Order: sequence, then C-alpha cells, then structure tokens
Amino acid sequence: MLNTLLVLLVFQTIGEGVVYALALPIPGPVIGMLLLFICLIWKNDAADKLAPASSRLLSHMSLLFVPACVGIIVLGHRLADEWFPIVLAVVISTALALVVTALVVHKLKKGD
Amino acid sequence: MVSSLNTIWVYLAGSPLLWLTATLLAYRIAGWLYEKSGHSPLANPVAISVAILVAVLLITGTPYATYFHGAQFVHLLLGPATVALAIPLYQQLEKLKRNWFALLAGALAGGAIASASAMVIAWLLGASHVTVLSLASKSVTSPIAMGISEKIGGLPTLTVVMVMLTGVFGAGVGHYLFRWLKIGDDSTCGFALGIAAHGVGTARAFQLSEQMGAFAGLGMGMCGVLTAVLLPLMLKLFGYL
Repeated sequence: MLNTLLVLLVFQTIGEGVVYALALPIPGPVIGMLLLFICLIWKNDAADKLAPASSRLLSHMSLLFVPACVGIIVLGHRLADEWFPIVLAVVISTALALVVTALVVHKLKKGD
Repeated sequence: MVSSLNTIWVYLAGSPLLWLTATLLAYRIAGWLYEKSGHSPLANPVAISVAILVAVLLITGTPYATYFHGAQFVHLLLGPATVALAIPLYQQLEKLKRNWFALLAGALAGGAIASASAMVIAWLLGASHVTVLSLASKSVTSPIAMGISEKIGGLPTLTVVMVMLTGVFGAGVGHYLFRWLKIGDDSTCGFALGIAAHGVGTARAFQLSEQMGAFAGLGMGMCGVLTAVLLPLMLKLFGYL
C-alpha cells in the first residue's frame, strides 16, 4: 500500500517537473501516468505488485472529484444568466460525443 | 448549553477535520443511496455527494474556501489516482496494441464533436463569446480544460463548472446510450465514457469493471492531450481566435 503510493507520488512529481521544465499544456499527473505506463512495459512484473493498492484507490475515484465539484457553489451565479444555452450545449454535445466515439471504435476495432 | 454547543460548532466549522469528515460522510451516504437504487446510473455518487455538501454549506453559511481547506486532502489524491490509471491500462496492453487505430480515430472524432457541437449549440442559442469559448474544452479533464480555456480566451472557472456538468451528465446517460446503440463491449463503452466525460466518466466506468475503467482512463488522457494540442490550432484555422 505504502510502496504503491510512493511509486505513484514519485511519478507524479517527475510528471510535474517535466511539465514545468518543458512548459507543456498538459497536467503533471497525465505525464506521470504516461511515464509509469512506459516503465511498466519495460519492467513488466511491476504491474502485479502495484495492482492491488492502485485498484483500491481507483475504485473510489468518484470521491476524489467531490471537493472540486462542490466549487459550483462559488461559480453558480455565473450560470444564472446563461444557464439555458450552457445546459443544452453540455447535454447535447456530451450525448453526441458518447455516441460518436462508441460507434467509431465499435466499427473499426478488430474483435475482442 | 446552547451557547457552548455553538462555541464547539464554531470551533469545528473552522477546522479542516470537520469538512474532510463531512466529505467522506456525504460520499458514504451517496454510496448507500447508489446501492439502494440498485446501482442506477442516475444515482451518480458524485452528484449526490455534491448536492448534500452544497446544501450543508449553504445552510451553515460556510464559505467554499473554508470547506476546501479540509477537503483538499481528498482533492490532493486525484494526482496519484491519475498516475495509477497506467496500471489497469498496462493490463490491457494486448487489446490496446490490436486496436490502436480504432481508438485514435474514436478519440479524434469524439473529441472534435464534443467541442464543436457544444460551441455551435451555445452560439446558436445566443450565449456570449466568453461562454462559447469556455465550453470548448468541457469534455476534457479539469486541469487540462482550465489551461486550454485560458489559452483560447475562455473563463477557466466557468469551464470547470461545465466540465463537472459534462462529467456527471455523461456518466449518468452513457449506460442508456450504449444500450440503445446495442454496444456492450466494456472496452468500447469505457473508452467513450473517458472521451466524453473525462474523470467522472472514468470513475463511473471503474464501478462497472476494471477493463471499462482502464479504457476510460485511456480515453480521458487521449481526449485531454489531443484537445490541448488541436483545439487552439483549429480555432485559429477557422478564424475564431
């Protein structure tokens, strides 16, 4: 558990460093994920050691979004004026994106 | 007695501990409701937790900054959790290698339609220029979305609200849309959830299966990176910037 957390934090820190050094428009954790992924391919027995604790963390990923989402309380008033176009745009575009992505992948992928 | 209770409340309400506890408690209640509803995708634990916490903050008159002071310990774990997405993704490596072309095509098509349709609809309905630009990155995970929004002249704070609405809505309806399309494959559905509904969709996918979650994480990452690189270029190309 502690080892896994340490590995994740180390990769996140490297990711943040890379993003800062290269002025990338991508968040550090995403780069950290990419680097860890590459390391797992290179050292392929590591995934089994990291899997139990990481899957426990990921099963509660929903919780981690709660604090940021509560921020709607501060910004809610901005929504008041333009709520109709915003809600309609979000609803329709999100449904379209789900359908289009699923259809494209479904048509092009090669079996299971 | 009442005044001493009040003193205790004032003391606790200002401490990070109370709001950290409240966040976990709200999430537990939301999880319980989600179980009770028979795992209905409409009973999204994020949406319910947020509704409970917003109500509590409004009733107690607690500022968001005070709340976040405690809740930041939960928020902080988003970074390591994002890094951890590499592990389930690695476990799907074979599938990834076989279908990289389908996934890349899906990411480009889905990401483009998410941005373009949101902007066009808001513009047609008379939304302001800033609102339209803030909507452009709404399918992207919030840290990337804020950066993009700032770069193209949107309002990062407004973008975050739209990102969250998108995530909660996408995670809620995905299930029904996939059933309607008669697409039942975990990797395809997960990937679409990640592309259209970023981390909230990914969290939802992990509740259903590890494989779905892995592909959702991949979709979220690809949508974020592709949008960050291509959206500013596209807007410039169309003369919108």
